[in-house]
Order: sequence, then structure tokens, then C-alpha cells
Amino acid sequence: MDYVDYYKVLGIDRSASPKEIKSAYRKLARKLHPDLNPNDKDAKRKFQQINEANEVLSDPEKRKKYDQHGQDWQHADEYEKAKQSRQQSQDPRGSRYSGAPPEGDFSDFFESMFGGGGGQGRGRQVKYRGEDYNAELHLELIDAYKTHKQTFTVNGKNIRINIPAGIENGQTIKIPGHGGSGKNGGPNGDLYITFSIENHATIKRLGNDLYTTADLDLYTAVLGGEFTLETLTGKVKLTVKPETQNGSKVKLKGKGFPVYKSEGQFGDLFVTWSVQIPKNLTARQKELFRELSKSQ
Amino acid sequence: MQTENLIALEEFCASHNIEISFISSLQQTGLIEITRIMETGFIDSGQLKKLEKIVNFYYELDINLEGIETITHLLERMSSLQDEIIELKNRLRLYESNE
Repeated sequence: MDYVDYYKVLGIDRSASPKEIKSAYRKLARKLHPDLNPNDKDAKRKFQQINEANEVLSDPEKRKKYDQHGQDWQHADEYEKAKQSRQQSQDPRGSRYSGAPPEGDFSDFFESMFGGGGGQGRGRQVKYRGEDYNAELHLELIDAYKTHKQTFTVNGKNIRINIPAGIENGQTIKIPGHGGSGKNGGPNGDLYITFSIENHATIKRLGNDLYTTADLDLYTAVLGGEFTLETLTGKVKLTVKPETQNGSKVKLKGKGFPVYKSEGQFGDLFVTWSVQIPKNLTARQKELFRELSKSQ
Repeated sequence: MQTENLIALEEFCASHNIEISFISSLQQTGLIEITRIMETGFIDSGQLKKLEKIVNFYYELDINLEGIETITHLLERMSSLQDEIIELKNRLRLYESNE
């Protein structure tokens, strides 16, 4: 456990007045408050640090204890016991300024020196909504194709959620009440799950449409024929028109991705033909190609 | 009238230790909407998160209403730009993986 220099965290001198502490805290809080920096983990971490620094330095009792024993925090408890035997300590809560709602845990250093706790906000028993949690869930493209249930663990709790078919890469869904516990009887926060959907090896997705490239042999491309295409849900037989050009596309209506929360609706599947030139031709085959070229 | 998704302003103000006049000023600036039923003010639960953010900005960060209006506008703009980035990234994946 490392010593935390709260003065350094707030960017102030050790001789800073309460007004200067408050001002430094406010200035940093306006920059780093989680509500102003949604989904920014770094800002959240820094905000917790400045909140903790403010919690200590804005409370004369805690500041005194920190100044006396900060570097030597392991012996702070002994100091406290000795002090308590001399006098009844007063609860400083209620007279203290505490700038922001509790946002997560305090550092081990803080817990060690001052025990658990945090601000009560504006010096009164304010009900705070619990912290919102953010989680990321990785899915394969095929998993996002079907509505399914999935269980996962967030902050030690198992949560089972229904993932609707057609969820997008980067889409976030809210699970109400599964965030941090409310403070002083406030409601729980929410859990926000952002989906990260892996690319499929051969089938790409854009919105509700799917795109794939299919290798087509030269003879079927020239003369036409049948082609069996592997899709996300199985094989589909396609009719290839004669004289199909390399790079041309066909659209398979309704064979794309399910539309999010719209049962029975699907996007389209676009197939780009990649005509393959035959390799390792025999002498006879080359001869036939020469004849063919002369007929042009 | 159904009040299932509505939170009484008095209850909200009591639990957050704030003045009801503050909520009225937010309504005047158009930052939140208040529903009145039988002369009692309610806010829709969908606005709760936004309202709590505003309360934090005002009371914890000392930001005045004009500042909150600006911040709210910028946060909404940031959110729509983030949605746009996600859409563009998804579009880009289509070309990246074809290389």
C-alpha cells in the first residue's frame, strides 16, 4: 500500500487554507466529474482520488491526523487509541464540507488511516442513487443473430440477461437497478452493457445487411449454373446467371441479419462474385482457350 | 391519471435536500419537464438520471443554470457524436476485414 499525497492530488501547498482546498477541489471536480466524462475510466479514477483528497483535507480533524501521521500511517491507529483515552472524540460529520456524492471505494491508504466511509454530501443525510456500472460483453456474430440468454458476472454478482437478436457492435443496453447500491436509502444504479461483436471470418455485417464474397469458377461464371453458398444459418442454393462478371453482386432479400427488436424482419445478404481464373492448365486446355480467343 | 412512472417533486426534493424552487427554475429554462396532476408536480422517472446530474452540477460543482444548459447541450451533442462514431467504425470494419 502506497502513501498518497493528497496535497499533490489537489495541486496545493501543505499550507493551503480551507478556501484554497475547496477551490482546488471544485476546479478539478468540474474537469473530472463522472457526469461530465461519461464512460471515461481514467477521469473516474482521478475523480475518486480528488474526492478522497478533499474528504481528508477539508475536514480539520482528518487533515490534522493526515499531516501528523500521513507518511507514517501504519501508526495512526495507535495515535488514535491514545487520543481517545484522553478525550471523547466528536463526530465531525455534519459540519464538514463534502463536495460530491460517493463514487466508489476509497483507497486502501484512506481505509487504513481513517476507516471506511465517505462524504454524506452537503453535510446532510442525502439519498444518493447508486453508481452506474459499465461492462463490455463480447459476442460472436452468430450469437448476435439469435435472441438468447446469457449469464455473466459483474462485481461479484451473477446476472442473467436476455440478448435480443440483431444487437449492434458498440450498442449499449441498460439493465436497471443492477449498478451500485444506493446510499442512505437511494435507489440502486444501473448496469450498462456495451456489446463488442467479433468479425466473422467470411461474412461481414453493416447494420442489418450482410456481405460476403464467394469464389466462383470461371466456367460457371461464363456458362451459368448453380452455386451453394454457406450463410450464417446454413447452405443456400443460388442460380448463377451466364456471363456473370467478376466483382458483380447479387442480393438475397431477407437473408441478412435480424432487425433489432423487430421479430420476423431481416436485412439482406449481398454476395460479391470473385471469379477464379483456372490454374495449372493442361496443354489441351490452353489450346482450347487459344481457339476461344481466336473466335472473338 | 396513471402516476406509475412519475416521481413526486416533493419526494425528490426531500430525498436530495433541495428546494422545490430549484426544480421550477429548471423547468423554466426547459432543462426538465414537469407533469402536474391535481396541482402536484411530478417528473417522469426517465428524467431522473438527468435531474440528478443537474443537481450534482449545481450543488456539488457550483455551476450555475446557464452553465448547466451549456453542459447539457454539449453532453447531448457528445452522445450523438459517439453514436455516429460507432456507426462509422462498424462501416469501416466492412472494408478493413476485406483487405
